[in-house]
Amino acid sequence: MSRAALEIEVTGGAANRIPLALIPFQSPVGRPDPELTEIIGQDLQRSGEFRLIDTQGSQQPHDPAQIDYRVWNEKGAEAIVIGQVFRISASQYEIRFRLMDAVRKTQLAGLSMNVGADQWRAAAHKIADTVYEKLIGVQGIFNTRIAYVNKRGRQFELKVADADGQNPQTIVRSFEPLISPAFSPEGGRIAYVSFEDKKPVVYVQSLRDGSRRAVAAFKGSNSAPAWSPDGSRLAVTLTKDQGSQLYVINLNGGGVARLTSGGAIDTEPAWSPDGQWIYFTSDRGGSPQIYRMPADGGDVKRVTFDGDYNVSPATSPDGKQLAYIQREGGRFRVILQDLATSQTRVLTDSAHDESPTFAPNGKLILYATLHGGRGVLGTVTVDGRTRTRLTESGSDAREPVWGP
Amino acid sequence: MNRFLLSLLVMAGLAGCETLGLNDKTASIEDRTAPPPVASTASAQSGATVTPQGAATGRPGVETAGLGGTSVDRQIVEAKSLDGKTSAGPDPRKDPASPLSKRSIYFDFDSFTVKDEYRSIIEAHASYMMQNPQSRVILQGNADSRGSREYNLALGQKRSDVVRRVMTLLGVQDERLEAISFGEEKPRALGDTEADYAENRRTDIVYSDE
Repeated sequence: MSRAALEIEVTGGAANRIPLALIPFQSPVGRPDPELTEIIGQDLQRSGEFRLIDTQGSQQPHDPAQIDYRVWNEKGAEAIVIGQVFRISASQYEIRFRLMDAVRKTQLAGLSMNVGADQWRAAAHKIADTVYEKLIGVQGIFNTRIAYVNKRGRQFELKVADADGQNPQTIVRSFEPLISPAFSPEGGRIAYVSFEDKKPVVYVQSLRDGSRRAVAAFKGSNSAPAWSPDGSRLAVTLTKDQGSQLYVINLNGGGVARLTSGGAIDTEPAWSPDGQWIYFTSDRGGSPQIYRMPADGGDVKRVTFDGDYNVSPATSPDGKQLAYIQREGGRFRVILQDLATSQTRVLTDSAHDESPTFAPNGKLILYATLHGGRGVLGTVTVDGRTRTRLTESGSDAREPVWGP
Repeated sequence: MNRFLLSLLVMAGLAGCETLGLNDKTASIEDRTAPPPVASTASAQSGATVTPQGAATGRPGVETAGLGGTSVDRQIVEAKSLDGKTSAGPDPRKDPASPLSKRSIYFDFDSFTVKDEYRSIIEAHASYMMQNPQSRVILQGNADSRGSREYNLALGQKRSDVVRRVMTLLGVQDERLEAISFGEEKPRALGDTEADYAENRRTDIVYSDE
């Protein structure tokens, strides 16, 4: 099986990064690969909040009593991660980890976990989350999941993977296109658009048992599903009446309520986290721009004004920011807009970015882009300073969405 | 815990697909999506084939010839079926000489109006549908690959909707037409030259019995 590789590219100043000594854990021979601190280190680097200190050639403590703080203070470490792994049966391990304050010489966090070999990566993500939460004071997202569509030859695969792109599992496979996956708020279901019936139809599929239902298969095209924050309804784009218009429907396909009307395109709905607003893309002003309206329809206000192509809105978990794609000079890039001040910032430096989606803690944005002619997934921190690429050999990835 | 659920989910997910016959179904239908090579060639060089009907339809600006052509065509079909060569007779929609074999309506960049040169093709199909009351058509809109997939789906829909509107204005009942979009998902031209983009900005006329 091909393994996804994570390329981390740090741009801009590193002034605010916390210098962290991540010391390889003492582990028994035959432990699962890779070493835990490798996974933890990739997670923490991806967050853009840490600068990992070179630990090679220095002492390798595994226990607080072994730490020579002068060594690590000289290297500029503000925090130290140490740990040990013990084998407790053929495929069962005990992992002990501690996060130490290198300046105060005190323990900030400690954790002991018994895990199976198949939970190795999840354990590493749990440790990364603990370090992140203790030092940054924000919920970690390393144990969350993402979904995306991969094109393999003529086949389309809807996949669910760990947030770092590892452990991809195919949940739908089709010879016809799949687009626009969306996790339900609790993460147990995925809505998506499948073309298997020779037209776009919106399905909702259970991640538990794989059962699914066509929730929008009206005459014409059915697309762009977006879950209401309470998980009870979907905003969708339907063409059953006239043009591409926004509707909300119940999960059983009933209770269809139309939100927009007119001859223009209205699509790509995105709910505000409080459920009050729906952001969407419309060409009502001549070029595609992002607009906002109350979630039950009504007064529409334009949100984007720069340029003539702003599409694919995604709301941040706190509802204060909007990420979207802007075309400027033929390049499609990820933009972050503060909704209170309308100030915008270009987050990426590529040319074919699509489908931005926020991490559950609002600190990272996952998006699709092209690299070497293939579709790859990228992450960028909301300050735009740290970007990573998830690349898997032979894959052509697109349409990412970040789940809980 | 997570892992366990995931492995369950994958097994169940794949099983679900098989139950639904997703792969089989799509494989068998796949061929129908791509218009027959004859149709696409003909549409790419509209006006090149010279027949009484074809010449009239293919040339820009001759708008009514297609309608006349179709009715003549139908008489020929009936005559041929009397020959006893085939039991049902050749399908005029498959006759390269007929405007009915032309299935693609092309659009300019960022445009959603039917150009004059394609009007006669739509008229021929509208006429055929009115003479064949059981016929139903799916209009498949497409867009080039630049930008948002969902927005491109809506652009493709604009291109199928306008053909649907023209056909209903010509007298075809709306219930017999379905305008859908493939957006940028099923490109006929895979490159990223201007010519490729132009090839993908189109609506295909597909009969449900084909």
